[in-house]
Order: sequence, then structure tokens, then C-alpha cells
Amino acid sequence: MNTVSRSPAGGNTFSGLFEKSKRYLPQITMLVVLLLIGRWISPTFFDINIRDGRLYGNLIDVFNRGAPIAILAVGMVAVIGTGGIDLSVGAVIAITGAVAAILINAGYPAWQVIVVALVVGLVCGVWNGALVAVVGMQPFVATLILMVCGRGIAQMITQGKIETFVNQDLAAISLGTVFSIPMPIIISFSVLAVGLFLFRFTSLGMFVEAIGINRRSTNYTGVNTVVILFLVYVWAGFCSSVSGLIVATNILGADANNAGLNSEMDAILAVVIGGTSLMGGRFSVVMTFVGALIIQAINADILTAGFQPHYNLIIKAVLILIVLLVQSPALKSMKLLREAKGRKA
Amino acid sequence: MIRRYLPLFVTFLVLFMGYAYCISEFRAFSTMRPLVNLLRDNAHLGIAAVGMTFVIISGGIDLSVGAVIAFTTVFLAVTIQKLGVHPMVAFVLILIIGAMFGASIGAIIHYLKIPPFIATLAGMFLARGGATVISPESEPVYHELYDVVAGLSIPIGNGKLTFIAMVMLSIVVIGVALLHTSRFGSNVYALGGNATSAQLMGVPIARTTISVYVLSSVLATIAGIVFSLYMRAGNNLYCVGFELDAIAAVVIGGTLMTGGSGFVIGTFAGVCIQGLIQTYITYQNLTSWWTKIVVGFLLFAFILMQRVMVVIYKGRDA
Repeated sequence: MNTVSRSPAGGNTFSGLFEKSKRYLPQITMLVVLLLIGRWISPTFFDINIRDGRLYGNLIDVFNRGAPIAILAVGMVAVIGTGGIDLSVGAVIAITGAVAAILINAGYPAWQVIVVALVVGLVCGVWNGALVAVVGMQPFVATLILMVCGRGIAQMITQGKIETFVNQDLAAISLGTVFSIPMPIIISFSVLAVGLFLFRFTSLGMFVEAIGINRRSTNYTGVNTVVILFLVYVWAGFCSSVSGLIVATNILGADANNAGLNSEMDAILAVVIGGTSLMGGRFSVVMTFVGALIIQAINADILTAGFQPHYNLIIKAVLILIVLLVQSPALKSMKLLREAKGRKA
Repeated sequence: MIRRYLPLFVTFLVLFMGYAYCISEFRAFSTMRPLVNLLRDNAHLGIAAVGMTFVIISGGIDLSVGAVIAFTTVFLAVTIQKLGVHPMVAFVLILIIGAMFGASIGAIIHYLKIPPFIATLAGMFLARGGATVISPESEPVYHELYDVVAGLSIPIGNGKLTFIAMVMLSIVVIGVALLHTSRFGSNVYALGGNATSAQLMGVPIARTTISVYVLSSVLATIAGIVFSLYMRAGNNLYCVGFELDAIAAVVIGGTLMTGGSGFVIGTFAGVCIQGLIQTYITYQNLTSWWTKIVVGFLLFAFILMQRVMVVIYKGRDA
């Protein structure tokens, strides 16, 4: 396991902490710059006021609307850390929304609905995990199956309609507040905390990175790679269902066609912007979260500037290409070469 | 030899059994009309799936085909309808754009060593975003050429083999010839089998990789032209999730997802199986989402079969 040398969690010296924050500097700067651009476009961008016991403002909105993608991304980053990918997260959002809407309309109490919806997400994760870890399919092929089927299943559950509901208890997931802070923000930070605990305060994170670097040798060191891989996909399924509940309760309805459409792309983008390599290996949960906020900040800037939202896609495409170019192994090896030459001279 | 053709055999078995089942349920299936209509309705899928076959055999993937089709229909609608360009000129222009698009994706994949599915995912964003920027709404096309093409057909039995179905069939034939008789075809197989040994054998890796993605994008563009002729409109939301149908057709057609083995004719059978499911579900008056579930299940069954065969023949790898 010597290949994954990382300073032990918690035992950072001050210089180690400085080194770490230097690594995170590009993303933090990017987020701050994007928010400042928003402030430049609209002077009221940073204004936060309380209406009906709920915080309002563009800044709050970035966190609030960014929550579903941030949660998805925190699930996705672990999968990508193992060198895999989960393309089914959008379909899982659609399925959870459909299940929640149908059950609440059938008269079940909100807490039962939430539990069942989360279990559905876990089951989706178990399916993906079984295909990847046990059967041994390539991750993007395995998760493609649920991506194709999932929306069909969601439509089967809602009978092809947009299922709306009015239950206030369930709606609280999106519209409720705790100490005036909108619920999605609370949920997203809770998921982030759970993710950090799982992957940074247990050895799970190190195993995930080890698998991402070399699955075979990780296996030889005695790590049960099948179980770890399996768990990672279950975690992604769980995060998707949490995100699905927020998406459904936000519009008080389940739209099997459009709920979570293209959100797998946003989640992958958030992971990539967060500096995690798609080849697997070292991954950062916090920076992925920041990556999701960056995406939402871009959306907010585009909207406040009065641009049509259809510029969103092309801007994201250019962004993903730039980040990929910077991350690409070819450029990295060129840089290493230059550094080696510099040392010689 | 048996090992190589077994997946293809299973595919055709499924196709014929499915067809026989459809006939036993609905007498109308035994006539020519549902068959030629199936070819017409899935012409764009067949064309794009041929390109996807080459990409997957070379060990890659192309997730941008659906977006390229959408971009093509929007581009054609805007240039023909708003700018008054003749359709033939517009076709040539979009084919050039498609080829350049494929070449850049291929170059990014080869020179920057970026995984194909990420590079083509970015391409998908770019193409769909481009289509949305050109025209956010659906744009109809009215042109004589579109009427002329719609009228072109060969009567077969009680059905009509339309022009776009003929385009699809000829591209399948060309695809088969290109894959099995040309040097390029052998290079694609070699690249997908093992890139390192292919390079040591003297296969031009860069040229082959880039050509494969150019081929896929150009065929997706042709599929877009065919789809534009079929729908007579351009819309940036056409063919969302289409790349999955194309991949499913290729995999059901017996091509290994890991590359190095596969057939264009199998892909054609895969397209026919999907079309058959679609037609059957329409005949049964079931909603279209059943198609997605059944296709997803078939995809799962075939990938599982491939895994089992690989494990049996090569032994499990850690």
C-alpha cells in the first residue's frame, strides 16, 4: 500500500495544512471569482434577508439550488476514485421521485415514504455494485443499463404522468427551514459530513484510492476489493436517492422524463472541477462539493446577467474540456519532463 | 471459429424467434409493411450504430452521436429555412463540420490520452449546447427536395421501401465491406484487441483512432440528415438518450464492449431486434416506456452472456 502515501488524517503539521490548502487554491479562487462576478453584475447579489423565517438571497440560492448536484457529486466522487463511473444517478433520481410521489398519494406518512425512497436508492446501488464488483462489467456499461431502464421504470411507476402531491411534511425536505436555513443546504452539508467521515476518518477512503490506482495489487495486499467496490456504488445510489427526494419535493411532483435529466453530467463535471482525476486514485470529497457550488455559481451568473439559460450547456462543455486538458496525462508528463530538465540544469 | 461467431448466432436466433413470436401474435407481421416501416423508422439508428460498431471494436465509445444528430437537424433547419441555403449545399457543409468534430474528438482521445467516454461526453455537451444556441425552439423545414425524397420509394409487397431505408441498408453493406475487407478494418480490430501489440505490429495508431471517430461522427451526421428528412424539422431535443440505443444495438449485435471483436451485420440485427420490440409494443397498445425496459433487459442479458463467455474462454482475471 506504499503507493498511496498520504499524511495520516488529523495528524497534519501546520506546513502540511498549508500544502493542502495550496492544492485547493484554484477551486476556491474560482468560486470566489464567480461570486464576485455575480456581485459585479447585480449589486444585490450578496444581500441576504429573512422573509417568513427563511433566508433569501442569490448567495443562499447558490447553496440551495446547488444542493442536489452537490449531493450527487459526493456520491459520484467515491465511484470515480475507484476508477469507475456511475451513469445511472439521473435515472435513480427519477425512480426515487416517482416512488415518493406515488406512496405519499397512497396515504403513507412522510417518514415511511422517505425511508422507502432511500431504500429504493440503496437497491439501485446494490444492482450497480453487483454488476461492477461481482459480475465484473466495465462500470460505464453496467450503469448504462440502469440509465436506460431506470427512466422506463420511473415512468412505469407514475404511469407516464407527472405525479403531483401536496403533503406538507414531505415538502419540508425542500421547502422547510432549520434556524432559517433552507433544508436542502442542511441536507447537503450533512451528506458531505457523512461522506467525509466514511472516506477520511475510516480507512475506506484509502482502499478506494488504492483500487483506483491498481485494483490487482490492492487485492494482493489483502483488501477485499469486491466488497469495497460494491459499497462505493451503494453509497452513490444512496446519495442519488437523497438528491431525488430534494428534486421531487422542490417541484412537489415527480416528472419521470425530466427529473435529473443530464444530472450525471453535472455530477461528473463537479468531480472533475474538484480536481479528482477520472482515471481514479486520489479524490477529494470537499473539493467535489466546492465543484458543485462552482457549477451552480456559473448558472447563477448566467441567470443574473440575463443570458438565456441555453448558453449553460455550451459553457459547461468548454469548461469540462479546459479542465480535462489541464488534467490530461499527456500535459502532465510534459510538465514532469520540463521539471526534470530544469533539475539537471 | 465457433467462439468467434457464437454471439452473432445468438443474436440472429433472438431476432428470428422474436419475429416468429410477433407473427404468431399478430398476423399483420407476416406481410412486408411492418418490416419496411421498421427499416424506415430506425434508419437513423441503423446508420449511427454502424459507426458505433467501429468505435466499440476499436476499444472506444462515442456518447456524442445523439447530440450530433440533434445538431445536424437544427443546423439544416436553420440554414435551409432561415438562410435560404440549398439543402445539398447544407448537407455538404454539415458533413464537413461533422468530420472536423470527429477529428478533434479523436485527436483529444489519442494525443491527450483522455478516456473516450469523457471526451465524447464533452463533445455531446458541445453539440447539444451548440444546437440550443443556434435555435432554442423546434424549427420546421419546407423544401421541394424534402418532398421529392419523401416520394422516392420501391414498392415491396404491401409496403414501400423508402429512400432513407435504402440509405441505411447501403451504409450497412458499405460498413460490412469496410470492416472485413479493408486494411482500415483490420487495423480497427487490432487496435481494439491490444493497442500495444497493434503498435508493435506497425498499425498506425494515431491515424486509426482519429479515423474511427471521424467515421462515427460522419455517420452520425448522415443519420442526422436522414432524421431531418424523416421529421422535416430541427430540434435541439431530438434523440436525447439515443447513444444508449446505438450502444445497445451494437452490444446486442454481438460486439464485445471491451473491443477487438464484433460485426457490422450483427449490429444491423440488433437494430432490427430493437425495431421489432418497438413495433410489437405499439401493436400491443402499450406505452413506449416499455421499449426502454425491454431493451435495457436485453442489453443486460447480452452483456452478461459476453462476460460468461470471456470468463469461460480466458479464465477469470483478478
